[in-house]
Order: sequence, then C-alpha cells, then structure tokens
Amino acid sequence: MSGILVLAEHRRGELRAATLEAIGAAGQLKAAVGGEVSVAVIAADPSAFVPAVSVGAVDEVVTITAPEAATFEPHLYEQALNGLIAARKPALVLLPHSVDSWALAPAVAIANGLGFATDVFGLQVEDGAIVATRAGYQEKVFVEIDFPGREGVLVTLRGGAFEPASGPAQPRVTPFEAGDAQRRSRHLEWRDPPATGGIDIPGSPFILSIGRGVGDEANVSQFLELAEGLGATLGCSRPIADNGWLPKARQVGQSGQLAAKCNLYVAMGISGSVQHQWGMKHVENIIAVNKDPEASIFSIARYGIVGDMLEIAEEVRKQKGL
Amino acid sequence: MKILVPVKRVASLDDEFELRDDGRDVDPDFCEFDLNEFDEYALETAVLIKESAPEGAVEVVVLTIGPDDADDTLRKALAKGADRAIRVDDADLGDADRVAIARAIAKVAEREEPGLVLCGAQSSDFGHAQTGMSVAALLGWPRVAVVSRLDYAPGTATATVERELEGGLVERLEVETPAVLTIQLGINTPRYASLRAIKQANAKAIESLAPADLGLSAGETGGAGALSRVRRVYVPERGKSEMIEGTPAQQAARLLEIIEEVQG
Ligand SMILES: Cc1cc2nc3c(=O)[nH]c(=O)nc-3n(C[C@H](O)[C@H](O)[C@H](O)COP(=O)(O)OP(=O)(O)OC[C@H]3O[C@@H](n4cnc5c(N)ncnc54)[C@H](O)[C@@H]3O)c2cc1C
Ligand SMILES: Nc1ncnc2c1ncn2[C@@H]1O[C@H](COP(=O)(O)O)[C@@H](O)[C@H]1O
Repeated sequence: MSGILVLAEHRRGELRAATLEAIGAAGQLKAAVGGEVSVAVIAADPSAFVPAVSVGAVDEVVTITAPEAATFEPHLYEQALNGLIAARKPALVLLPHSVDSWALAPAVAIANGLGFATDVFGLQVEDGAIVATRAGYQEKVFVEIDFPGREGVLVTLRGGAFEPASGPAQPRVTPFEAGDAQRRSRHLEWRDPPATGGIDIPGSPFILSIGRGVGDEANVSQFLELAEGLGATLGCSRPIADNGWLPKARQVGQSGQLAAKCNLYVAMGISGSVQHQWGMKHVENIIAVNKDPEASIFSIARYGIVGDMLEIAEEVRKQKGL
Repeated sequence: MKILVPVKRVASLDDEFELRDDGRDVDPDFCEFDLNEFDEYALETAVLIKESAPEGAVEVVVLTIGPDDADDTLRKALAKGADRAIRVDDADLGDADRVAIARAIAKVAEREEPGLVLCGAQSSDFGHAQTGMSVAALLGWPRVAVVSRLDYAPGTATATVERELEGGLVERLEVETPAVLTIQLGINTPRYASLRAIKQANAKAIESLAPADLGLSAGETGGAGALSRVRRVYVPERGKSEMIEGTPAQQAARLLEIIEEVQG
C-alpha cells in the first residue's frame, strides 16, 4: 500500500484542466505519502492522452483501454478503477470534484473500503495518515477529516485549490487490463450551452453580478440599466438564470461562465457558494454587497459593504445621475 | 410504482455561533433548519411524474434520516405533494458520515422497492455530493448525477435524462431503471404548498423507524459504517474584506470611488 493514483478526466477528446491540478496535488504530497505518482487514463484510446498527463511528478501512466468508454460512463469507469486499485493498493487516490466524479467516487470508495472525502481543498500527512480539509455550513467553517482504520483514502479536489502540475515528465506507460464491464447508461448526444447572444462574461473587464438577494424578477431590469450606466457587463448567480430572469449566458460559475479577463467584480446579493466562486474568485478587485455580514463572499472580496443591494443601487444611481 | 425521495434537513448558522464542546461540530442551538433546496427540485420531479401518470399509479415516498425535529422537514415535503413519509431516527447513528447515512437510505429502498430514487445533487450546507450516488452503489443500481432533465414513463425499463456538466454543457443519455438520480437546481419550478395542503400534511402520520428495524448490522451503522470522521471544526483565519462603513449614501459614494480608482 503506497503511492498516489490520479484518475485523468477527459471529455470530447480533451484532457480536463482539473486533472493537472490533481497531478499538482499529488506532486506536493508525494514525499510525505511515499511511493510513486501514477495517472490512470480510461478511454477508448488512452494513448492519445499520455502526452498531456506526462507532467510534474508523474512516474507512470496506466492506460486502460475500454472500447465502450468513448464517453464517461460511471459503471464502466468504476469497474476499471476498482480493478486497478485492488491490484495496486494506492495510499491515496485523487479525483477532481467534478460532475463525472460525483457519479464515480462514492462507488469506488465503498467498493474498496477507502477513506472518503469530497470537495477537499487541503491535504496533509500526519504520522503517516492523511488528513483532509473541506468547508461546511455554506463555507463558514472549515472541517478537518481523518480516516481511522482505512488503508487507503480517496478524495475529490476542489477546483482551483491546488497548483496545476507543469513541466514535462518522462513516465513509463503501463497498459492495464480491466476486464469486461457492464454499462448501465448510454450516451445519446452532447448539447452545447445556448449561444451567448453577444453577452461576453469571459471577455469583460468589469462585471456587476446579481444573486438571489435581488428578491424579485421586477427588480432585475434596474440592474441591467445600472450595469450599463457604469460600463459593466451584468452577470448573475445560478438561481437568477434558473428562474429565467436573465439568460444563462450571464451566469458566472462552474456550470456557467468564467470571468477570465475580469479585473473588477461587484457581487450584489450573492452568498459566495463554491460553484459561484469558481468563476470569479481569482478577480483582483471584488466588491461584495450583502446584507449578511457573515456571508462567505466577504472572505474573498477585497472590499465589503454590509447592506441592502437595492438601497445601495438606488444611491449609486442617484449619485451617478443615472 | 413508487418514487423514493430522500430529503435532508440542512442547517444555516446564526450570525454568531459556538462550537459543540467536543469541537467537532457547531452547537445545533445556533442553527436554523430547513429542507435542502436541492430536495425541493427532486421532490417536484417526483410529483410531476405522479401527476402525469394515471391516478394512483405512482406513490411518492419521502424519507429522512434525522432526529424528531426533522419531522418538520417531512411535513413540508408532504405539503408539497409527497404521499407518505418515513423518518429513520439517527440517535443511534453517532458518527455517521454521508456513506453511513446512505446505508440506511439503501435499506429503506430495498424495503420500498421504488422504480426511482431521486436525491438532491448536493446539500446546500455541506455540499458533499456523496449520499445519492452512495445509495446507488450500495444497491448496485444504475445512476446518474446532476440531472437537469428527466423523461420517464412509470413502468418502462429506461429513462432519458440530461446531466449538466461544467460550463453548462449537457449530455443526454438513456439509463436503465430502477435507477438512482441526483437532481440539479432549475430542473423545474418547485411549487408552493397551499394552506390546505399544509393542514393536511400536519394531520398525516410519519412512519418512524430505528436503524435496527432496517436490518442494519452494528458494523454498518454510525461511525462503523462510515468512511470518514470529522476530527475538528474551526472558524478559519482568513482574508476579510476591507469593510466600507457608513450610511448607504456614504457606502455608495465609496463604491463609485473604488470603481473609478480601479478603472484608472
Ligand atoms: C453542479 C453545480 C453547479 C453549479 N453551478 C453554479 C454556477 O455556475 N454559478 C452559480 O452562481 N451557482 C452555481 N451552483 C449553485 C450554487 O450551489 C448556489 O446555489 C448558488 O450559487 C447560490 O446563488 P446565490 O448566491 O445568488 O443565492 P443564495 O446562496 O441564496 O444567496 C443569496 C445572498 O443574498 C443575500 N441577500 C438577500 N437579500 C439581500 C439584499 N436585499 N441585499 C443584499 N444581500 C441580500 C443573502 O444574505 C445571501 O447571502 C451550482 C450548483 C451545483 C450543484
Ligand atoms: N439525512 C438524510 N436523510 C435523507 N436524505 C439525505 C440525508 N442526507 C443527505 N440526503 C440526500 O442526499 C442529498 C445530499 O447529498 P450530500 O451532499 O451528499 O449530503 C440530499 O439532497 C438528500 O437527497
């Protein structure tokens, strides 16, 4: 029982960037955990991904050819990963905290009796045992988790929490036979998100975003005007797009857009969920307006205003003559 | 056919709160509880399937693993269209984690033999995103996580679902049933409960079970059935924003100043 196993995540022929973060985390922990860092690639043609995962501290790439796994299928992946874990007994298994992993990780942890924690942003080794840190109560507290009596541990890693691995590596490539597996679902089609209609969250340097604190659909249009008056692009959190109050193209976050070029982000009535933060927490100047002084958005914002977003917006409009 | 909807009572913290004496959780006296938002969507999904089937063909059963107080959560679900409610008392579950909770849910599913189990994609307080898919793994059933659309005619051998991925990409797929699905926000518009429905829900009986009634062995319950243990909970020292104080007018003025400064 030693070493770290990372599962590569890929979609539509491309390695997902979160895999590089998992490899980065493995590199940080390698000395403390002991053993090698291996990356498993499960795919119809895994060799295609070998160059992309040959980075950082990777010693070995394990290729598992699964002709039916052209797209992710949790039952096929589960079978393949279970076989590999049973054969190798890694001390630590790392997956991104992604939608694919949500369907996969619990089954693998249970089948192998591994310690298990999800959405982890801190990992340490203490006296040879893994300790994981995640958040709780809407990000208001941190929770340290240990895994007494568990020989191996599987964790899924929060996006953006670990530095992505970089620099080339020369791993050996080992094919692994996973055996036959039964799929239980069948891919029908991909559907790309609807066209953005000219709304450019990724390219916008200044975004004013509204969340559920806006209260009512009738209040939304004034923020469109306010954003326009200030020269900002209007963004929003997921519930606003889910309600159909604003188009999905304005949604910032994990299942929406990344505010990639943003330098100034005003978040009004947004609590700061991890999925929203994924899209904006890197922004240098975040100003949060929230009536809850303990909202987690204040822990990543540079400036904070505790107050009613409608009242603040009203004052801004008045003073700007909008 | 039955649809089983496991629902969680989630906690939000008061402005000021204290930790429990053992330092491993927040003192529940400083928590307010409500039905997990994701479960409202899962429940609505189940109720919509019931309503589109012939009268009496589909029964929606809600289930929670929790203390007496969690009956309120079940009553809310009953008022929003569930037909029957079960609570498994968690007094004996001690250090249960999400996997240990899933063991109890899976036992109830074995008893009820539903055609679908619909969980929330995650809990809004802790966001583990483990429970539903653990139930599927324990049952050995097909599973799909983060479902944003479901087409299912009761009694058929497959369902067509969409799962929503990072960046808003959608995958449409067909999944064998019985299946466990976890439901994403926005899949539908959860209804409000009418006053009449709330009254009726308050009059309904809630079936109460102990873990032992489910045939869970000692090695499967609580900490023994868990794959993780909370060692410590703490309030992190972390960057706090520079707070802009004053009247709303003063705060707005400073906000405009900062916007100008940053934009140069
Ligand atoms: C797989 C997955 C993907 C997701 N992707 C995304 C995503 O891409 N983007 C996203 O945003 N979410 C996403 N979510 C949802 C996310 O988990 C949260 O539910 C969501 O971000 C909450 O939005 P919110 O902050 O607007 O609402 P809430 O969490 O309800 O917060 C509202 C805030 O407004 C404050 N408030 C209320 N009234 C006022 C007022 N008058 N003035 C000022 N403040 C007020 C409250 O104090 C509170 O902090 C995703 C979830 C899942 C499971
Ligand atoms: N105590 C519980 N009782 C019933 N269902 C639960 C419980 N805890 C979690 N769930 C289910 O699991 C989902 C949340 O998953 P998780 O984020 O892993 O807690 C909820 O939406 C419920 O469907």
